[in-house]
Amino acid sequence: MSDLATLEKSVLDDIAAAGDEAALEAVRVAALGKKGSISALLATLGKMSPDERKTQGAAINLAKDKVTQALAARRDVLKSAALDARLASETIDVTLPLRESAAEAGRIHPLSQVFEEVNTIFADMGFAIAEGPDIETDDYNFTKLNFPEGHPAREMHDTFFFNPKEDGSRMLLRTHTSPVQVRTMLSQKPPIRVICPGRTYRIDSDATHTPQFHQVEGLVIDKGSHLGHLKWILHEFCKAFFEVDHINMRFRPSFFPFTEPSLEVDIQCRRDKGEIRFGEGEDWLEILGCGMVHPNVLRACGIDPDVYQGFAWGMGLDRIAMLKYGIADLRQLFESDVRWLNHYGFKPLDVPTLAGGLST
Amino acid sequence: MKFTLSWLKEHLDTDEPLEKLAEKLTMIGLEVESIEDKAKALAPFSIARVISAEQHPNADRLRVCMVDTGNGAAPVQVVCGAPNARAGLVSVFSPPGTFIPGKNITLGVGTIRGVESRGMLCSAAELEISEDHDGIMELPADAPIGKGYAEWAGLGDPVLEINLTPNRQDCTGVHGIARDLSAADMGKFIDPGIKPVKGEFPCPVKVTVEDATLCPGFALRLVRGVKNGPSPEWLQKRLTSIGLRPINALVDITNFMTYDRARPLHVFDAKKVTGNLTVRRAKQDESLLALDGRTYTLDPSICVIADEHGVESLAGIMGGETSGCDENTTDVLIESALWNEINIAQTGRKLGINSDARYRFERGVDPAFMVPGLELATKLVMELCGGAPSETVVVGNAFGDDRIIDFPLSEVKRLAGIEVPLVEMRRILVHLGFMVAGNGPVVKIAVPSWRTDVHGKADIVEEVVRIVGVDKVPMTPFERGDDARKPVLTTIQSRTRRAKRALAARGMVEAVTWSFISKPHAELFGGGQAELVLANPIASDLSDMRPSLLPGLVAAAQANANRGYSDVALFEVGQVFKGDKPENQFVAASGVRHGFASAKGMGRHWSGSAQADALDAKADAFAVLAAAGAPMQALQIVPGGASWLHPGRSGTIQIGPQNVLGYFGELHPRTLEALGADGPLMAFEVILDRIPEAKKKPTRAKPVLELSAFQPVSRDFAFIVDRGVKAGDIVRTAQGVDKKLITDVSVFDVYEGKGIDPDKKSVAIAVTIQPREKTLTDQEIDAVAAKIVAEVTKKTGGTLRG
Repeated sequence: MSDLATLEKSVLDDIAAAGDEAALEAVRVAALGKKGSISALLATLGKMSPDERKTQGAAINLAKDKVTQALAARRDVLKSAALDARLASETIDVTLPLRESAAEAGRIHPLSQVFEEVNTIFADMGFAIAEGPDIETDDYNFTKLNFPEGHPAREMHDTFFFNPKEDGSRMLLRTHTSPVQVRTMLSQKPPIRVICPGRTYRIDSDATHTPQFHQVEGLVIDKGSHLGHLKWILHEFCKAFFEVDHINMRFRPSFFPFTEPSLEVDIQCRRDKGEIRFGEGEDWLEILGCGMVHPNVLRACGIDPDVYQGFAWGMGLDRIAMLKYGIADLRQLFESDVRWLNHYGFKPLDVPTLAGGLST
Repeated sequence: MKFTLSWLKEHLDTDEPLEKLAEKLTMIGLEVESIEDKAKALAPFSIARVISAEQHPNADRLRVCMVDTGNGAAPVQVVCGAPNARAGLVSVFSPPGTFIPGKNITLGVGTIRGVESRGMLCSAAELEISEDHDGIMELPADAPIGKGYAEWAGLGDPVLEINLTPNRQDCTGVHGIARDLSAADMGKFIDPGIKPVKGEFPCPVKVTVEDATLCPGFALRLVRGVKNGPSPEWLQKRLTSIGLRPINALVDITNFMTYDRARPLHVFDAKKVTGNLTVRRAKQDESLLALDGRTYTLDPSICVIADEHGVESLAGIMGGETSGCDENTTDVLIESALWNEINIAQTGRKLGINSDARYRFERGVDPAFMVPGLELATKLVMELCGGAPSETVVVGNAFGDDRIIDFPLSEVKRLAGIEVPLVEMRRILVHLGFMVAGNGPVVKIAVPSWRTDVHGKADIVEEVVRIVGVDKVPMTPFERGDDARKPVLTTIQSRTRRAKRALAARGMVEAVTWSFISKPHAELFGGGQAELVLANPIASDLSDMRPSLLPGLVAAAQANANRGYSDVALFEVGQVFKGDKPENQFVAASGVRHGFASAKGMGRHWSGSAQADALDAKADAFAVLAAAGAPMQALQIVPGGASWLHPGRSGTIQIGPQNVLGYFGELHPRTLEALGADGPLMAFEVILDRIPEAKKKPTRAKPVLELSAFQPVSRDFAFIVDRGVKAGDIVRTAQGVDKKLITDVSVFDVYEGKGIDPDKKSVAIAVTIQPREKTLTDQEIDAVAAKIVAEVTKKTGGTLRG
């Protein structure tokens, strides 16, 4: 074996033996550095005859190329191994539990959600939304709505009163959202199409009554709207709200001072182990009251009942929320128990839309 | 209103099955609330006679009774605690194994204080046929021993209960209900008319009505020589079937007339009435022992019937005990009167009496039936008790008003959207007792006296439609019209909706709390004004309208903590009250955070845990303001907040001192103590109404985006300043150096502690400089930096940290 071959083998062996990039670099310097063994051989070329230089030069350069390639290949191997070793040391515990995101943790109260659902449906039918104060006058809450002074119908509303003022008048907490209808009729000219959602109050407290509750009323006043339209609107509403293809409704004559004729509306449902299915079953569940606006109410609000006509309805927002979402006890709506709110509440990004679905 | 099927059939000739009748009643506005078949539930209860009742050897209040249960069986020993258990009494017996509905137990053979008891003698309450639990039932002596009680008592007759609306006083009697059903094609109305009973002598008692507005009509007659006692079986059954207790024939007749004809009456024992009768207002502090055994103290707002001794009856509500009829009554005065509805309602409310008479009179009885009702009652008295009737004394107008309505036939179609032919309309109205004259287009309709609820055209439409059936009204699509589709929420509704979603998106949970809170809590938050105090609160701690949502939220947070959930972040967006005028009601958004419910992350977590702090509340408030569209650049933060907040850890959010939008911070320890809550609690309140309304823009297009071609440069500065220096001032000063070039200033570090003077702190800011026209040279950037250092140190008295 020639000296060159021996040297080449020795360098290649050293390359293969280099355990890390620093050792490899030392091998490189020892072979190809200024004073390296192969560099030294190359330096001898100058003193050789041209023929010798031709053969030796080619041989030495071949050896140098081999070494250079071996160095590069070894460097790649070592680099890759080093990276593997580093990555191996960098392992994290991917099973660590995440923190729940705020958007997942937060909740919208079922009443707020249902309020938006109802608004969405009626907005689509062309209704505006009206509001009024919780603290009302007797006139707006009762008298203008055709509840005569001392009439037993007033007793149906167990009213919260404030203390009488010096002039003997006393304010009250509205017992229904109907005073908003009065305010709307007094401030707006027909045609009128509004819904009036809001908080209402009656002195009552048991599993199905709380001293505060919420209603949404609707009012239409124009020159042609009649009971047939009212039935259609409520039917469309119930299908959209309960998100069912069909629903059976029963309209029963009833009595409210502010409507004539007055109707109560039941929906057909089947109750089974706490679950309610609409559009089937044997039970009739009362969900709202409605009727043609009483001529006395129109007159009290400055509207001629022989020219204009219209209808109104009112339903319990709490009640329809409970029905739709299977909430058993009304009182829990106001108890602010986070366990309950987490369960029955809605995530902030679950915004009801007609296009995307009210609740899905 | 309760009645039985057989009772209904006294007034309606019908073969329709019960279910169909009930369904029809509901569909014409007389909603059937329940149908009860007692015969099934009470099958094991039988009629029995107490043979003997001896004192229990070991118990003062118990008796050991031997009971004859009939059918030749041996007497049964029963231990009974009823005070009226006595030998000879006919009552109701249940053997061991019987389910007692009123007690919700199944009877067994028992040993009571050492004496065996093989069954039970029952009260009406135990059978759930009335609320009477004063003693065991007392049946007539001739009731058949051994027979089933329910069958004998007529309880085999299904009982219907109607949820009667307050306008239909005419249906507080079975007669009226039958009339409605006949109009709805459910059978033939039986209405033979009432023949007057001729008086045989003048009525010896004179009647004076002092105030005709309280008593528009009064009719009275005497029946002399009656023999009062238990009423006949048919009458007792009528009453017991609907849960009334038979008293004696005279009283039972009045109760029967009340339910049969919606005509309450009163009977006086004429021998206990002194002199003439006067209908007048009660004198202050006059009193009456009424038939319910209670003594009522009266005042001049109450209308009474008095004789020369004093008050004998609460007009239209309840009779007096002393002039009541009993088995010794021989001469009876029968009263049939009309009373002022409002006065009856007020008196009933004031005295707390809910009698069958009040129920009818406050709804307004048929005025034209005052005298016929008296005639019918007289006839019944004579049939059941004998006697000779006097002539009738009548005071006042007993006929009511004549109501004639001009009714355009088109009105039904106009309001109800259904065509009803005149012939059908006429048939319905005539069956209901109306008279219809003419053939249209406008007819004259006379309203029957008993329909006190019918006054106008709309009422007639209702009569027609309810009998035709509301289900026949065709559904008619409602056109939404040509109006453009646009948002329907008002500004405040829109802010409310966005505020809720923004807070929930920060991990907070929405609560809905009561609008009323306790007075001390209201006062703590600036409330408690006299005009916001309820006169009749449901509870003493729910007495005042809330001036803030925070008392409710703090209470809710504490209630959750008490249940073991203390790391809570709750919010509410709702109404608060500063006065009783509409303009004094505002919509507030408020929230509380407690424990580890930090805005940086909820609860304790390996990635880092933080207690909620005052600046979390600030961030919540700002989230609301931003979502609600507040001008964020214009907001000022002033240290210190409302009195309920920690003075050093709170801030006020305002746009100038005149417009405070809200507060945030840590609740004051005294607030916590007063609210009974564990702290520290972070809270904020923003009044959504106070946010200035944004200018309406003519277009939805966003302003043109300007993108700079030049890279922004960032420079960091750390200043050593006094601890009292506000970071906000440093930021604002730096920003003010060059409003064009400096596009952002952020605080990236605040440090107090080792290496820094104890009364100093280090505040580090990063300033972004955005070149506009050309890349800035180092000299130009340095010049801006030098100016920032100069301005900040000058303004704050601080130094650049070396």
